[in-house]
Amino acid sequence: MKYITEYRDAELVKKTISQIQATVTRPWTLMEICGGQTHSIIRHGLDQLLPSEVELVHGPGCPVCVTPLELIDKALAIASQPDVIFTSYGDMLRVPGSHGDLFSVRAEGGDVRVVYSPLDALKIARENPEKEVVFFAIGFETTAPANVMSVLQAQRLGLENYSILVSHVCVPPAIRAILGSPLNRVEGFLAAGHVCTVMGYWEYLPLASEYQIPITVTGFEPLDIAQGILATLEMLENGQVAVKNAYKRLVTQQGNQSAQKIIAQVFEECDRKWRGIGTIPHSGWRLRPEFAQFNAEEKFNVQDIQAEESPLCIAGEILQGLKKPRQCSAFGVECTPEHPLGATMVSDEGACAAYYNYRLGD
Amino acid sequence: MTNIQTPICPMPLAHNEKIVLGHGSGGKMMTDLITKTFQPPLANPALDAGNDAGVVQPPPHTKLAISTDAHVVFPLFFPGGDIGRLAICGTVNDVAMMGAIPHYLTASFILEEGLPISTLVKVVDSMQAAAEEAQVQVIAGDTKVVERGKADGLYISTSGVGTVMSGHTVGGECAQPGDVVIVSGTIGDHGIAVLEARGDLGFKTELRSDVAPLNHLVREMLGVSDCVHVLRDPTRGGVASALNEIARQSGVCVTLNESAIPVHPSVAAACEILGFDPLYIANEGKLVAIVGREDAAKILDVMRQTRYGEEAAIIGEVTESPAGRLLMKTALGTTRVVDVLAGELLPRIC
Repeated sequence: MKYITEYRDAELVKKTISQIQATVTRPWTLMEICGGQTHSIIRHGLDQLLPSEVELVHGPGCPVCVTPLELIDKALAIASQPDVIFTSYGDMLRVPGSHGDLFSVRAEGGDVRVVYSPLDALKIARENPEKEVVFFAIGFETTAPANVMSVLQAQRLGLENYSILVSHVCVPPAIRAILGSPLNRVEGFLAAGHVCTVMGYWEYLPLASEYQIPITVTGFEPLDIAQGILATLEMLENGQVAVKNAYKRLVTQQGNQSAQKIIAQVFEECDRKWRGIGTIPHSGWRLRPEFAQFNAEEKFNVQDIQAEESPLCIAGEILQGLKKPRQCSAFGVECTPEHPLGATMVSDEGACAAYYNYRLGD
Repeated sequence: MTNIQTPICPMPLAHNEKIVLGHGSGGKMMTDLITKTFQPPLANPALDAGNDAGVVQPPPHTKLAISTDAHVVFPLFFPGGDIGRLAICGTVNDVAMMGAIPHYLTASFILEEGLPISTLVKVVDSMQAAAEEAQVQVIAGDTKVVERGKADGLYISTSGVGTVMSGHTVGGECAQPGDVVIVSGTIGDHGIAVLEARGDLGFKTELRSDVAPLNHLVREMLGVSDCVHVLRDPTRGGVASALNEIARQSGVCVTLNESAIPVHPSVAAACEILGFDPLYIANEGKLVAIVGREDAAKILDVMRQTRYGEEAAIIGEVTESPAGRLLMKTALGTTRVVDVLAGELLPRIC
């Protein structure tokens, strides 16, 4: 498969790993931002090939994982209402809220549907004018263009029965929060290739120089990740601080400017709560007031729903790279993919689920 | 005297275009449906006798393998198959996986009011073709009709009886350290073909479901070797779930070799897009076999000469520990666990 097979080529990966071995002279801690990267590292066993000096900690870049509990509760409240068709990406259906998940809403008669794109949700809205159709618009910068596009199309079509429940989060403020923490151990970042495909990496240049930390834009296949690690280690070993691009086949410094333009047209910056981490200032997007009619929180009056996390779950520390899944007393005991206590065990991209699904007990 | 005309009751409509509740009433309409739609294509002496049960004579001194399976699929027709072919092959394969030759099936139909009878005719014709290919007979059946909205067109439940081939002990508990794992062809074709047939993926492939009867393939395999230890058709949950079950049943470790697993390029591409792993996608015309290493080449050779085993491949091996686990040797030479799915297979967000 073009653009996949080449980047899974065992010989090329091993060659890059040897270069990493030849480069490293002391221990370094790197964080891969994106859950897709975590998934790929564990699935392909890339971490098993790295020299012991290189520690990878898993970042907060799983949109399913960081969507705050109260947003899930709001989704459950909206989806339970009669005459609502609640649409979502598949892996949000299993995320536990305070009481149940979207699957349980469906079992109790709610109309909850998996869609592959918000534009599919829009189609459902056009086909069901007597119903309110809501799309669960979660994600990082990656999913934002499609989500805002659905709003712009709904506006153009004059659709009054379509709205989105927004829980958008952005990577740079999260990096800032991690680096600003007194407990931070991260010395270099692998930035998320898909996020940078949309946003470019111009936002990361001031971050790198302010915190004196090397950042490499990194893809998702084993060779991409190995090359991202190598580029970051080379900078660390040489005392260099810069932003490098190891995902040139998709990412430019400026990114996709048409996408950035429509995001800015529909969304505005806001403080956003991250599940397990807490509120990070200026870390999210919400609908601008002129698009209020598409805001499901207002339409269904669920703004006031609050929620408390399970006290056992340490997802917050895991998402900040402070702990590994196996350091959690609930891991694999009270908390499994069948009965997740926190979102990092739910999504395939969550660090806990990746450890649970792919690794034998250490 | 008033001349009373002979009262004429209106004749009930024949309803020969769509299923109505009367088709399940036990009366004339049901008899018509059975004699016109079900019996002609599926005809055999036991069925034609029209009794409450089909009566057959089992061969002497044989063990019977008996299985049952309910079939629910949307859409009813998909590239490469339909619910009728699925209903025959599913049960034929379950019986065959015990090292048995399936002979007789029964079929129960739950029909939704409003189902076009032409659809039912197509499904029954397809069942007949599959039964003929598998050389089995449908010897008893039942029909119920439910109100509109209470079923998805039609559901078919089939049961099957076969005779275990003498000299063979095949079962999920029989895998032994040293054995090798064979798959009969590309994995995940059925699941992705059906998903695509639902029409909401937004992309198209050339993919066809692999739904097929595997009993002839099994007979060929058992004909050349006494060392076929386990056979299983990896339907829902895919190869990963089937091999996890076997590893647990036999108390052994199964290790797959990622590079050796045959995957159709369209399945691989669809899985990449949706965030699925082909190892968890359903198959309806594939089997995994765990066989003694000494006969593996011979078995593989005979498989590749049959219609449904042309792309058979050795994909792994059995070791002692860690017992009950399925592992994967990745293309990079690293090892990871392949666990069972927690629940429904869900497409990933990004």
